[in-house]
Amino acid sequence: MTEIKDAQRLEELRRKHGRLAPDLSAAAEPSPNDDVRSRQPRFCGLESGHRACQGCGEALGARLVSETAGPDVMLSNATGCLEVFTTPYPQSAWRVPFVHSLFENAAAVASGMEAALKAKGKRTKVIAQGGDGGTYDIGFQALSGMLERYHNVLYVCYDNEAYMNTGIQRSGSTPHAASTTTSPAGQERMGKRHLKKDLLSIIAAHHVPYAASASVAFPVDVRRKVRRAMDVEGPTFLAIHSPCPLGWGHDGALTIQIARLAVECGLYPMVEFERGEVVSVMPIRDPKPVTEYLKVQNRYRHLFNDKDPRAREEREHLQALADFNIARYNLKGVGEDVMDTDGLDTVRRGGPVQVM
Amino acid sequence: MLEALEGSMAIAKAVTRCRPEVVAAYPITPQTHIVENISKLVADGQLKTELVSVESEFSAASVVLGAAAAGARAYTASSSQGILLMAEVLFNISGMRIPMVLTCANRAIGAPINIWNDQSDSMAVRDSGWIQIYCADNQEAVDSTIQAYRITERTELPVMVCMDGFVLTHTYEPVDIPDQDLVDSYLPPFEFKRALDPMNPKSLGTMVGPDFFPEIRHSHHQAMVRSMSEIEAADADWQNLTGRQCGGLLSVDGPEDADLGILCIGSAINTLHAAREEHPELRPAKLIKLRCYRPFPAAALCEACRGLKDLVVVERAFSPGLGGIIGTEVRAALAAGDGPMPRIVNYTIGLGGRDIPIELYPQLIESLDSAHDGAFKIFDVELEKLAEEDR
Ligand SMILES: Cc1ncc(C[n+]2csc(CCOP(=O)(O)OP(=O)(O)O)c2C)c(N)n1
Ligand code: SF4
Ligand SMILES: [Mg+2]
Repeated sequence: MTEIKDAQRLEELRRKHGRLAPDLSAAAEPSPNDDVRSRQPRFCGLESGHRACQGCGEALGARLVSETAGPDVMLSNATGCLEVFTTPYPQSAWRVPFVHSLFENAAAVASGMEAALKAKGKRTKVIAQGGDGGTYDIGFQALSGMLERYHNVLYVCYDNEAYMNTGIQRSGSTPHAASTTTSPAGQERMGKRHLKKDLLSIIAAHHVPYAASASVAFPVDVRRKVRRAMDVEGPTFLAIHSPCPLGWGHDGALTIQIARLAVECGLYPMVEFERGEVVSVMPIRDPKPVTEYLKVQNRYRHLFNDKDPRAREEREHLQALADFNIARYNLKGVGEDVMDTDGLDTVRRGGPVQVM
Repeated sequence: MLEALEGSMAIAKAVTRCRPEVVAAYPITPQTHIVENISKLVADGQLKTELVSVESEFSAASVVLGAAAAGARAYTASSSQGILLMAEVLFNISGMRIPMVLTCANRAIGAPINIWNDQSDSMAVRDSGWIQIYCADNQEAVDSTIQAYRITERTELPVMVCMDGFVLTHTYEPVDIPDQDLVDSYLPPFEFKRALDPMNPKSLGTMVGPDFFPEIRHSHHQAMVRSMSEIEAADADWQNLTGRQCGGLLSVDGPEDADLGILCIGSAINTLHAAREEHPELRPAKLIKLRCYRPFPAAALCEACRGLKDLVVVERAFSPGLGGIIGTEVRAALAAGDGPMPRIVNYTIGLGGRDIPIELYPQLIESLDSAHDGAFKIFDVELEKLAEEDR
């Protein structure tokens, strides 16, 4: 939220971010280098200038969702980082109608909004959003009820695998062996003792029209999945893997690479369900060992203590979990698939992952 | 036209007249018949509304929150454990200043589990920032429900209409369900100016820090205090239309010069009326019906108590370790007023559905011979049922 005094700089920024109306005179005589699309005013449901940490995966995910969903939506947002960093009264980063009620009721509030729109004969789409805590744990009942009652709502879970807003406590989504402030690694414990809840399968068991996992590492894929869900008249669910530099303990510049590694090693499978059946997966061309993903995050640092025999055991455990995902969803890609982990979103920013 | 209706059916019909766009509720005794009747009216096509049959009271309150935020007239109802499960949402609704109406079919709170009537549930959420109106009979419950929509939509404060479980909800009484045209003329369509709207996007329920929080709480308090005139006006206008009124904020009945007052809320006031009639030989008493409990009508109360030597506050709940809740508030209000203080004696009666018989009335009045100012007790407790050390 820096003040920009220089009008020309402001103009440049506006042009860069596409906040200007298209210049029709220029468009009439396109130069060979002119990218007309970049000059179209782009709708941003979530504005810049909010207070997320640098490299926040959740902020990126929310931007992708709101851009794709467009202006004819209403948001119901659970308590959590996204709500806090976007709406410090009297400011709000949202350009779409937004309501935050509580931590555990985003899905129920969304159900009510949808019922109201139905009663009024309007077709505005309702989107509920929450963190993994508000989705896997405390808000799960309301979400299940919303799915069962078949409300026309897209529920998006920004999965950063812990309660980040309150200072990195474990959630039902925290992966096995990750260290958080309530599942710390120590003499007696190797981080979280339990497994990550397989929420997507539980959602799929509601036989909703569409449920999928996505990752901020694959923005084109996120957009496609949002569009797919928006087209459905009924309950849909999207979990977006969203690294949290603060909670996971990595440099903010590595968010995309780390999210990509999670998919490439098989720990965060990209799956789409329709009415309870798997209809599509994102193949992994060349599965990476989980250690490549784990070693770049402080939350797994205790797994790389050579003197501790439990460390190797837990690394193997996590590798087995990844292998299980790869086998279960048949993720191993063969040949070159444009929709696989290598083909999709090939722009790699910042070069290869640095080993820290 | 008068019809003999069960209280719950009367409420369902009154709600129908208000044309709610979204109804969400979860069943709990003694509110159940209200949800069931509404569901049946919807099934029979007599009530056109989006009925959301939720998986909990927590979601019921959340659904109506979302619906009203999106600009719909919304209704819900609950009791007891359901009201407590809603508690977090209730504070949220009023804090966001979202208009809606909730019927609380008053019931005790467990443990020990008990499905019968007292008012521990609505009393437990008295600080939630909702307007609370208590009903003496089913006609009042019908009329207050319709008035409640008018009040909530003008003040942007949610309204809880409290009616005693079983005593009212399950009792057949002749009631008049006003015609649709009459209700339409009283209650214009709901226009929520802060409604969520993609053409004019707003953010509701944002994060407010110490720099604005006290101001927002202050404005909520001011709105509650100011709503008293709307509550009175809603009742007065209703009287002009129907010839019936519910007693505004509070009402007093009895001889002008009586220096004994008995104050209570809810349906017990009618038992007191009958008892007073039955016992003309006893000391004359003014009966004070406190209809509006939140906002607390302190000025009207001082006026009603002017000239009283003794005041008995009778209530259907209490705060363990303190005593009477209403009694404590009445004392505070009178102490802050400019008149002389009466002796105030505070009794809780009828907990967990214990009957309040007419025979209790002479005992109440006799108790004044020995009761000291500030005395509190559960009046109808039968100590002999308890072990010595629990008495
Ligand atoms: C009923 C209730 N319990 C606890 C909290 C405290 N709380 C607020 S946000 C939060 C964690 C949010 O975690 P998550 O949903 O994963 O979102 P994130 O901040 O990680 O994006 C907690 C525990 C609360 N607001 N309400
Ligand atoms: S703590 Fe994590 S989720 Fe929260 S704003 Fe920072 S990076 Fe984003
Ligand atoms: Mg989280």
